[in-house]
Amino acid sequence: MPTPRYTLTLWRIAVFIAALVPLAWWSSQVAINAAGPEPGRYLLLNIGQGILWMLFSTLSLTPLTKLTRWKGFTLIRRQLGLWTLTYALLHLFCYAVFILGLDLSRLGSEIVRRPYIIVGMLALVGLIAMGVTSNKGSMRKLGKRWKTLHKVVYLVLGLGLLHFLWVVRADLEQWSLYAAVGALLMILRLPPIARQLPKFRQLIKRPGRASV
Amino acid sequence: MLIKIAKPSDLRESDVTPESIYLSRRRFMGGLAGVGAGLSISLALAGRAQAAASDYQDVPAGNPPGWFDSKLKDAEWNSVVPADRQMDKLTPFDDATHYNNFYEFGTGKGDPARNADSLETQPWSVVIDGEVNNGGRFDLEDLAKPSRLQERIYRLRCVEAWSMVIPWLGIPLGDVIKRAEPTSKAKYVRFETLVAPEQMPGQDSSFALIDWPYTEGLRMDEAMHPLAILGLGMYGRELPNQNGAPFRLVVPWKYGFKSIKSIVRISLVEEQPVNSWQAIAPDEYGFYANVNPEVDHPRWSQATERRLPNSLFNPNIIDTRMFNGYAEEVASLYQGMDLRKHF
Repeated sequence: MPTPRYTLTLWRIAVFIAALVPLAWWSSQVAINAAGPEPGRYLLLNIGQGILWMLFSTLSLTPLTKLTRWKGFTLIRRQLGLWTLTYALLHLFCYAVFILGLDLSRLGSEIVRRPYIIVGMLALVGLIAMGVTSNKGSMRKLGKRWKTLHKVVYLVLGLGLLHFLWVVRADLEQWSLYAAVGALLMILRLPPIARQLPKFRQLIKRPGRASV
Repeated sequence: MLIKIAKPSDLRESDVTPESIYLSRRRFMGGLAGVGAGLSISLALAGRAQAAASDYQDVPAGNPPGWFDSKLKDAEWNSVVPADRQMDKLTPFDDATHYNNFYEFGTGKGDPARNADSLETQPWSVVIDGEVNNGGRFDLEDLAKPSRLQERIYRLRCVEAWSMVIPWLGIPLGDVIKRAEPTSKAKYVRFETLVAPEQMPGQDSSFALIDWPYTEGLRMDEAMHPLAILGLGMYGRELPNQNGAPFRLVVPWKYGFKSIKSIVRISLVEEQPVNSWQAIAPDEYGFYANVNPEVDHPRWSQATERRLPNSLFNPNIIDTRMFNGYAEEVASLYQGMDLRKHF
């Protein structure tokens, strides 16, 4: 049964608001002085994790569509991709302003010298490339190459996790959780497993028959 | 024994309150709270001592053991203070106690304050062993008893490029080492933090890279330097658990991780010990870990630091100073050493 048009519109608005909620929450914490003595770093680190939440959400759409065949998941793909880019740009902004104090000469030297920053910047370049080609015109113009270009998202996932790993200093627990989610999303794309996903749809729909 | 600081330029001892009119912090507080007689006495005091007391008006009272309270009455306030107290303003107590690293209680900066309640600090004993004639297990009280509590207002520079200014209360580390009577073989001092996973949840994490116990070390002459203290308190009270209660090391010219917390063992040894961070990442953290703006951490620059608290509109980035601004006092310890190699 197709979802009514207005429900899909509401769904897209709901996703938009949901993606804004973390930013609003962190900003409010800073505004009420609940973000600790280093609010810039608080924003930097939280938004950094937010990038991965957005990226994971984007990458979960294909498996979810396969599982449910619901059109709604496809409709928010571009939006979530652009949210990932937005979070990444905000992350860089926080780093440049709150950590480097807008000392642009240092921004240049740090980008070249620190491996984790090089990796992060490469991931950002990938996100920008996908962001600027996310409109219909680019899709038409690039044709088949568009799909190839947007496979960069897998590289971005790897680079993002590597960037995160290289920031970790003493405990890998949190990073391991993120890496596990990233790995799961990639495993769901392996052809033998991806082929199984529609079958699960049958199971979900007709649990009675499945148990026979 | 009171060890005089060699170079007073950075650490003024001006307008010291005469011995005869030293008053306990309690009486300052009483005076400032408006208790009639106390008020007139405190107003008559030398300005700096009064300033110390008023700085701590908002600091919540702790629950110190009796012996700490009596030492506090006899404390030497403002024993070492920064030359420029405008530049090096005290970090608020709330920030110094709610934003720090103490991986035994978690990896987040807020985790120590959240989780350290479970630490049991009374009673507390310390083993002193190795190359000493007078070793053994000592109650903290007995270890601290012969030394007078001194207030040391030090800059604290974290290796992560943020810094604070903290008023410690402690006793010279050199006093304690001397009383242990080191043998001629004692070349280094090795320190160990408590291992107690049931009190320290971070030690339970199977993802932790640190091989507990957390271990630190100093060369003998570093340990004997008058700036190196064993901290028992801060902000006019005993140490809160999350800051390394009941006693910790404070070495102000080195990155913060050298100042090991909640110490249970001090060993005098012949060989240079391997400290915990060096064991995890020897290319990033050395044994010496002297604050040095010219030698970067591989992952970030050490040329500047963010003095906390800061704000979004003012990241408060200042130049990091050689030996954290204590070069005149400690540079001679490292004469002839290549500090790029011995970072």
